[in-house]
Amino acid sequence: MFELFRELFSYSFVNRALLVGILVALCAALLGVSLVLKRYSMIGDGLSHVGFGTLAVAMSLNLAPLQVSIPIVLLAAFLLLRISESSRIKGDAAIALISSSSLAVGVVVIAMTVGMNADVCNYMFGSILAMKRSDVYLSVSVAAIVLVLFIFFYNKIFAVTFDENFAKAGGMKTGVYNMLIAFLTALIIVVGMRIMGAMLISSLIIFPALTAMRVFNSFKRVAVCAALLSVFCFFIGIVFSFALDTPAGASVVLVNLAAFGIFFAIGRIRKLA
Amino acid sequence: MGAILVCESVSVKYDTGFAVENVSFGIEAGDYLCIVGENGSGKTTLLKTIAGLICPAAGRVVLNGVRQNEVGYLPQQTPAQKDFPASVMEVVLSGRLGRGGRLPFYTKRDKALADGEISRLDIEGIKFDSYRSLSGGQQQRVLLARALCATDKLLLLDEPTSGLDPLIASELYRILENLNERGLTIIMVSHDVESAVRYGSKVLHMQTSKLFFGSQKDYAASDAGRRMLGNTAGGGAAYV
Repeated sequence: MFELFRELFSYSFVNRALLVGILVALCAALLGVSLVLKRYSMIGDGLSHVGFGTLAVAMSLNLAPLQVSIPIVLLAAFLLLRISESSRIKGDAAIALISSSSLAVGVVVIAMTVGMNADVCNYMFGSILAMKRSDVYLSVSVAAIVLVLFIFFYNKIFAVTFDENFAKAGGMKTGVYNMLIAFLTALIIVVGMRIMGAMLISSLIIFPALTAMRVFNSFKRVAVCAALLSVFCFFIGIVFSFALDTPAGASVVLVNLAAFGIFFAIGRIRKLA
Repeated sequence: MGAILVCESVSVKYDTGFAVENVSFGIEAGDYLCIVGENGSGKTTLLKTIAGLICPAAGRVVLNGVRQNEVGYLPQQTPAQKDFPASVMEVVLSGRLGRGGRLPFYTKRDKALADGEISRLDIEGIKFDSYRSLSGGQQQRVLLARALCATDKLLLLDEPTSGLDPLIASELYRILENLNERGLTIIMVSHDVESAVRYGSKVLHMQTSKLFFGSQKDYAASDAGRRMLGNTAGGGAAYV
């Protein structure tokens, strides 16, 4: 066990993945509490697919992946939020449409670019090797911005999540905060996507919140528990990924699933007792 | 006391047509206005317009001596709220947010005010309980405490007693009566015409446009009022 950890930390790519991943896991869990409760989980899923498309295009054109993806995914966040708020278009169907289209664009671009096929699996399901040194600075600063903004606007995010109409009637600019949540989510998805994989990053948003809600009853406790749990599961997942040579994202998701199962059982037992 | 709220020929349009058409009325500080009408008559839409949630297609809502962030609003519950992990204190405190300006965190004064409303509504015992574990009546009290944190002038309520059993509902009406006696202006949307006439001082009967507006006494004597009240009395008599 000890040997495994020493070996783990001796690789700088693992350290990079852990550093970025833990920050991403933390932020994603916090945002997830709001997204899940607002019934906006689909937005996270949609954004990750758009992210996959932009990532593929950026790689095939030999451009810096993060710098290309961030503005486009931010734009997508704006659109997706608009779509899901509008009653005229059926929100979930429109999001599914955008998701699959972006995925298709990504896959076609990858197929057309010679020599990239081997990486498709990594894009989709995550790779512990994904973080280059230059990515780390940008990723860490983005994650830090998300964390600070979330804490700064915590009370307002609660109000908008719990009861948007009340908040709006009280004079709060709820549209601004909805957009803030969507933008922060977009940033975190782009940053976390290459470690977790485009197909799996949204689980980092949804799982910890849902898990924490099984057991905890106040918004603050749910948020804190989700954040801690998310970091813990991410770490364990990466250890598994390293030890068993499995895709990083998938390993993290499985650990999250196990945690959900445990919390679900605790919640049930508590209710019975 | 002057008019605290005036609606000037307010119309609200949805895709399917007018939800509210050309409604004008004014109420004074200290009034207790009940908005009644059938389902789909535009009651809730009108209240949302007054709350500033909907922009009227024509006309305007004028508030006098009350800023928009000094309006307390008790909306109908959303399905998402029923299973929302939040403590009572968290919910009540969020009523202070509109008043807090740019401060990111609650002040001691906010917390004291929230505590005050919690004890006024007699929900101290459940202060740290989870909102989702409460009964319907308790949840309404919590939401009322939150609305009172936002206002001491104008309170807007949307069907506050729907889904409550009669005893709990009448308790809630008593609380509202009490608040009104202490000078709070109340506008309540209700399908419960009898209680509306019993507790309210003024009645607005909606049917997309304004069918009746006036004191509760005049309403009971009017055609619209007799029909609504007569219906319920007739329905009751049929069971006897």
